[in-house]
Amino acid sequence: MTILNDPVSAKLGNRQQLSYIASQAADARLNVELETEGMTLNIGPQHPATHGTLRIIARLDGEQVVWAEPSCGYMHRGYEKLTEVRTFPQVTSLINRIDWLGSFANEVPFILAAEKLMNVEAPPRAQWIRTILFELSRIANVSLFLGDLGVQLGAITPVFLAFRDREYVLNLIESATGGRFHPNFDRIGGLKDDLPAGWIDETKVVMKKLRNFCDEIETLLFGNEIFQSRTRGIGVIPRDVALQYGLSGANLRASGVDWDLRRDQTIPLAYDKVDFKVWTHPDGDSFARCWVRLQETREATKIVDQLLDGIPSGPVMAKVPKIIKVPEGEAWVSTENPLGEMGYYVVSRGDLGPFRVKIRSASFNNISITPWLLRGVYVPDIITILASLYFILGDIDR
Amino acid sequence: MHLQKPKGEVNQLSSPAETTAVVADTVRDEMVAAIRTTLGTAVVDTLVKPGDDIWVRVTTESWCASIQALKVAHAFDYFCFLSAIDWMPSPYGRGEDDPSEPAPVRDTVIRPGYTGGDTRMQLLVRLVNSVTHLGINIKADVPNDSFTIDSICTVFAGANWHEREAHEMFGIGFTGHPDLRNMYLPMDFEGYPMRKDFPLLARMVKPWPGIVDVEPLPGGADDDVKDGASEEGTS
Amino acid sequence: MNTLFAAVIPYWGQSLLRVLGGLVAVLLPAGTIVYLFLFKMMSFMQSRLGPMEAGPYGSLQLVAEVGKWLQKEDIQPTNADKPVFKMAPIIVLMSTFLLVVVVPFGPDAWFTDLETGIFYALAVSSISVLGILMAGWSSANKYSLLGGLRAAGQLIAYELPMVLAVMGVVIQAGTMNLQQIVVAQNAGSMFGIDTFGNPYVITQFVGFIVFMIAIQAELTQAPFDMPIAESELVSGYMTEYSGFRFLIFFIGEFATAGVFAMIASTLFLGGWGVPFSWFGWTSMDSVANWMNVVGPLVVFTKMMVLTFLIMWVRFTYPRFREDQLQRFAWKVLIPVSLANIMLTAVLKVVF
Repeated sequence: MTILNDPVSAKLGNRQQLSYIASQAADARLNVELETEGMTLNIGPQHPATHGTLRIIARLDGEQVVWAEPSCGYMHRGYEKLTEVRTFPQVTSLINRIDWLGSFANEVPFILAAEKLMNVEAPPRAQWIRTILFELSRIANVSLFLGDLGVQLGAITPVFLAFRDREYVLNLIESATGGRFHPNFDRIGGLKDDLPAGWIDETKVVMKKLRNFCDEIETLLFGNEIFQSRTRGIGVIPRDVALQYGLSGANLRASGVDWDLRRDQTIPLAYDKVDFKVWTHPDGDSFARCWVRLQETREATKIVDQLLDGIPSGPVMAKVPKIIKVPEGEAWVSTENPLGEMGYYVVSRGDLGPFRVKIRSASFNNISITPWLLRGVYVPDIITILASLYFILGDIDR
Repeated sequence: MHLQKPKGEVNQLSSPAETTAVVADTVRDEMVAAIRTTLGTAVVDTLVKPGDDIWVRVTTESWCASIQALKVAHAFDYFCFLSAIDWMPSPYGRGEDDPSEPAPVRDTVIRPGYTGGDTRMQLLVRLVNSVTHLGINIKADVPNDSFTIDSICTVFAGANWHEREAHEMFGIGFTGHPDLRNMYLPMDFEGYPMRKDFPLLARMVKPWPGIVDVEPLPGGADDDVKDGASEEGTS
Repeated sequence: MNTLFAAVIPYWGQSLLRVLGGLVAVLLPAGTIVYLFLFKMMSFMQSRLGPMEAGPYGSLQLVAEVGKWLQKEDIQPTNADKPVFKMAPIIVLMSTFLLVVVVPFGPDAWFTDLETGIFYALAVSSISVLGILMAGWSSANKYSLLGGLRAAGQLIAYELPMVLAVMGVVIQAGTMNLQQIVVAQNAGSMFGIDTFGNPYVITQFVGFIVFMIAIQAELTQAPFDMPIAESELVSGYMTEYSGFRFLIFFIGEFATAGVFAMIASTLFLGGWGVPFSWFGWTSMDSVANWMNVVGPLVVFTKMMVLTFLIMWVRFTYPRFREDQLQRFAWKVLIPVSLANIMLTAVLKVVF
């Protein structure tokens, strides 16, 4: 009865409430039944499910997890320290490697922060192209998630479809920026170069293919009974907990928080010029997180389509000095990256390089909820929950 | 695909932001006034950059209580990040010194950033109101002698990992934190890497090449020489 | 019936023929399944080409793979229970060879003609559980242990629906002898029409579906592949195996798929026979001798059809969770198959 009067539980929707009660009940049961000697299972650092080197130490009671804790740091590269000995233009080649599946999206907030400190704004054409490339890297990133989701749950076919269609997007990014994975294309004051000829038409064709891919995944995976039974009601994150842990992106929106940094902040990108829907889901479970990402991918293709129709003409580079010295000050810029809110707190001392850069990466916050989330679940659910939270190791460890 | 050059002259356009006048930001000003009434003497200094952000510095003692008050009274319920800033300039500069020569003496006078500061280390937390999406940066000094401050884990559970990270990178102790193990570094690692007086070994071995590898930017003087003005793009 | 061979071939020759025949009956389907379905069909379903370089259209890829595995180092974990560790794959493969013994390939082409053939088949198929448990336990690896225990729970749970699904066939045919089940299907008639004989896949459709689901689980193929579950348990009970021992597991997996499909085709699709009315045969004795040559091909074809179904499901579905799997077995499959038995029994008495 105490559970029903629980203040957290009272605020939740019906399905969330049921799952919350179930998880509380699992907790209570575990606390009583813990006399048997458990087994400690080390998932990772080298494990097929952790696509990277995340290690999860799980204490098991049979197949049930008593407690689990992720242990990261196997990929820590110390970018925050390295930025302090580099110039502002050099930093972009570092931060490219944070979320390596959506590299271009990593560059944008840092460049915007530097531009904010310098009081420079990129010309409109550069802003539009930035937005397009930003959304393309979202599509490239999340389409891989949609395929990988199947592998994590045991369906091997979707990942190949994902790799097939992601290749089209990577080709687009390559033809525009010259780099498939790490474009390093964004510059303070604009972009390195303009779009190549014929790129716009080609992109429209690819966006159509990607929408087909989303439909394909939706019928193949999301409509599947087994997939639904594996993900629905598993790993429920209530709204309050999601906010407390600073979850962001689709993980937050799947808990019913209607917040998208593309829509809800004034930022010198072209998002205010397009019409798009921010998808939310009330359930907060693994299925909701995956579903929101699927809808977002589809929405991103529509954003790209709209932006392509209205790219303004003009230069892609504002007038900035050749050797960039950023004036003294502090600036925080965050954008809605494929993984969630990616932000940079840049402190400048009027020098060639930043004095301090705090990299707020989405996966670090998203994965910090796992000790809370993984207690009481079954071993296969660890994989489901981790897959649905969607992390990139470089984004956790930085 | 060959690259097309943008239409129009590249060099003549200046950025629009340079001419934008600073406008008043009533929302943030009112918020700061409200915070001052809520927190009272706990607030040391505030700063509002119109249309951009709010900075609030609170006293060390009231750190946890202030954040709790901001969460409850002003609905700053979204925990974005927690980190620290070491305001001491690095004695190693940017690592550009020649290791064979004696190291130059650098100015290590501590200059704090926005909203000031009296100590070397400062803690920084960003909270956001999840409904109005108004963000706020809260700073607090970390005492120079103890490098210890209260943990805010009880207010925001998500601060747990961030405090662990700040602990291992800056050596800041958090009283009340349940588990201050290292996240990234080995448990027996000595030193605090993100402190400015911790040398970056890669730079100590091989000095920084400077800015010689700055590539020519489009619109810069080099670009005009290289590409010439004859290439005109077609859309 | 076996007089044809018995008259001219001495006993040791017969034994040799049986051993060779058994090897062919197990390894040939396994190789074909791996190449056709695992390499090629899966590739086409996933919009890629699959192996193309080794041999025409990649057809010799399997030979290359076997060669590769044979060269690999045979790694045994230090803490492994070595004799058990070595024995486990052999026991798994042995169960497959024991299974194929009762499958009839023609009127006279069989290894042994047991009166309780299907009973024997169901019994020996459980031996593989033992091998898997041994592999899981002896590997001294937590993933293997979890995989082995999962496999044990799963295989025992799905044994029951499988047995119950077969019961319907046994009641309808009135015999446990696989040879006679084949005859009963091909010589029978449906509602007086004997053009297609009476394949039990039609009258025992529910039993067929339950049986196919159960063998999917017995084979630990997706969506029932929790014992292997490469995204959670690395490779389950096979994690620590390498080289030739892994190869034995690998062959065992696909050979068992083939043999189970053969048994399913015998039980539900009429086995080696074609409807007897096509050639005017009336009973077992009047079946022409050339059926001994054609029969194996017929079984093989039917087996490939069923394996296609198994593999199709495998490549499409995500994986169940352990508790969902058990719930499915005990709450869905077993009641359904019990109802099927009851219905069959009632109809058997009525007609």
